[in-house]
Amino acid sequence: MKLVTAVIKPHKWEDVREALETFGVTGMTVSEVSGYGRQKGHTEVYRGAEYDIALVPKIRIEIVVDDGDAEDIVGIITKTAQTGRIGDGKVWVSPIETVIRVRTGDKDAAAL
Amino acid sequence: MENGYYTWMLVSSSLVLLMTAPGLALFYGGMSRSKSVLNMMMMSFSALGIVGIVYALWGWSMSYSTTAATVDGETGGEVAKLFSNPFTQFGLESTDPANYVFVAFQMTFAVITAALISGAVADRMKFSAWLVFVPVWVTLSYFPLAHMVWGGGFLSDVQNGLADLLFSGDGAAEVAPIDYAGGTVVHINAGVAGLVLALLVGRRIGFGKEPMKPHNLTLTMIGAGLLWFGWFGFNVGSIVNLDDYTTETGLVWLNTTLATCAAMLGWLVVEKIRDGKSTSLGAASGVVAGLVAITPACGNLVPWSAMVLGVVAGMLCALAVGLKYRWNYDDSLDVVGVHLVGGLVGTIGVGFLASNEGGLLTGGGAKQLVVQVCVALFAMLWSAVATLLVGLAIKYTMGLRLDDEAEVEGIDFIEHGESAYDLGTSGGARRASVLGSGSTATEVSA
Repeated sequence: MKLVTAVIKPHKWEDVREALETFGVTGMTVSEVSGYGRQKGHTEVYRGAEYDIALVPKIRIEIVVDDGDAEDIVGIITKTAQTGRIGDGKVWVSPIETVIRVRTGDKDAAAL
Repeated sequence: MENGYYTWMLVSSSLVLLMTAPGLALFYGGMSRSKSVLNMMMMSFSALGIVGIVYALWGWSMSYSTTAATVDGETGGEVAKLFSNPFTQFGLESTDPANYVFVAFQMTFAVITAALISGAVADRMKFSAWLVFVPVWVTLSYFPLAHMVWGGGFLSDVQNGLADLLFSGDGAAEVAPIDYAGGTVVHINAGVAGLVLALLVGRRIGFGKEPMKPHNLTLTMIGAGLLWFGWFGFNVGSIVNLDDYTTETGLVWLNTTLATCAAMLGWLVVEKIRDGKSTSLGAASGVVAGLVAITPACGNLVPWSAMVLGVVAGMLCALAVGLKYRWNYDDSLDVVGVHLVGGLVGTIGVGFLASNEGGLLTGGGAKQLVVQVCVALFAMLWSAVATLLVGLAIKYTMGLRLDDEAEVEGIDFIEHGESAYDLGTSGGARRASVLGSGSTATEVSA
């Protein structure tokens, strides 16, 4: 099993969700996060004063999937979230040791 | 007597100002999403700023400088009964001070009419485009219609006016069109403009898929209450003639309130039957629907017929706000469903119910009804064409709406650099939530 984590631009979230649903992904965890990468933050002016804003808002998606689906899902997210401009985000895949469904106690593949 | 009259007119003008800011700003602000509430309120406040100035510059002159009823009205500057010369009393320089109280009163009407339109384009219209739209729109649509209906123009009872062309009397219309406080000029006008502008701007991203529920209904209910309170200035202040001051004030106040009570209950009943629950948004919307419908009719009904008109308006508007999902136009905060439909119910309804044997159901025959329908149709046509011209001109020059990324991030931050609810402590957390309330098959944890 793999954990696919993606950090994307907020306005691409609806498109990504739809694409993943069409592919057959049945669940995910989504959070609003802030951070920065090579895009860095930016400067804002408010009431005549300048501020350096370090963090940029992003959406973080986490999905636990079968080994075989990980690559397709990474492909879907990359393709859907891409605008070609700086700040499009990242997707990464990490191995998962075990998964348990709380309600039934099912393990691993049966729990996905 | 005269002193009391002028005092009341100034109180009324101030009450109508209160309807826009903060009444309408709160009503609309609460209905929008948490990332757009400030922009929504800014659309009302900016309309007040712009139209207030424009009205003094050329609005009054375009609407009333040739009106015989005003102390300095002079003929000759009128263009085809449609509007008056904008420069005759430009900047109020040559306006008789005796008219100032009417300038004040009429100015506040122009302000709220422009502000009403903003609800149709919530969350997505460029603020700069709005600032250009408002002054041009009031010039092409509001001032001419105000002149036509109240300034002795084409939609009043004058010779060769629309009503006179339909049923000619002795030198003027046999049946005078009824628009006591602005069913055509304000509500039908704003409702049609909202529809046309919503179509030109296009649907919000996620319209029809995400719930887009109001983010703070307590604000909306406070706004609805303030609108109701301010509406006493709007309707009861519309007793323009001193002669009617003693006989009509109480009647107009009562009719305004009774229709509104009935409309709120009508809306809640429709919701209970259709959806299983009566909502606070329904109560607030029902209040506004009733106020809209009684506006043109409040001086020409009796208490029982005001209640009938109100309940019909509340029920019809409650049904009409669902049309945007069926026909797929994003009239975001229901300007069409409440103001256009409510305005039509009131304007046409008075043709059925007018007191003193004036309406079809009150023994007056069909003439009043025919006049009301024709006046409403003409006002709709005028408003649609004017709005289309302004909207298209802006769309193909500076553009009407934000780009997708900005719209999702939230217009408050993008256009104003602010967020209504700044609860976070880190640099990136001061923006409102961009996630919807979560649609099916999605588990959202924040």
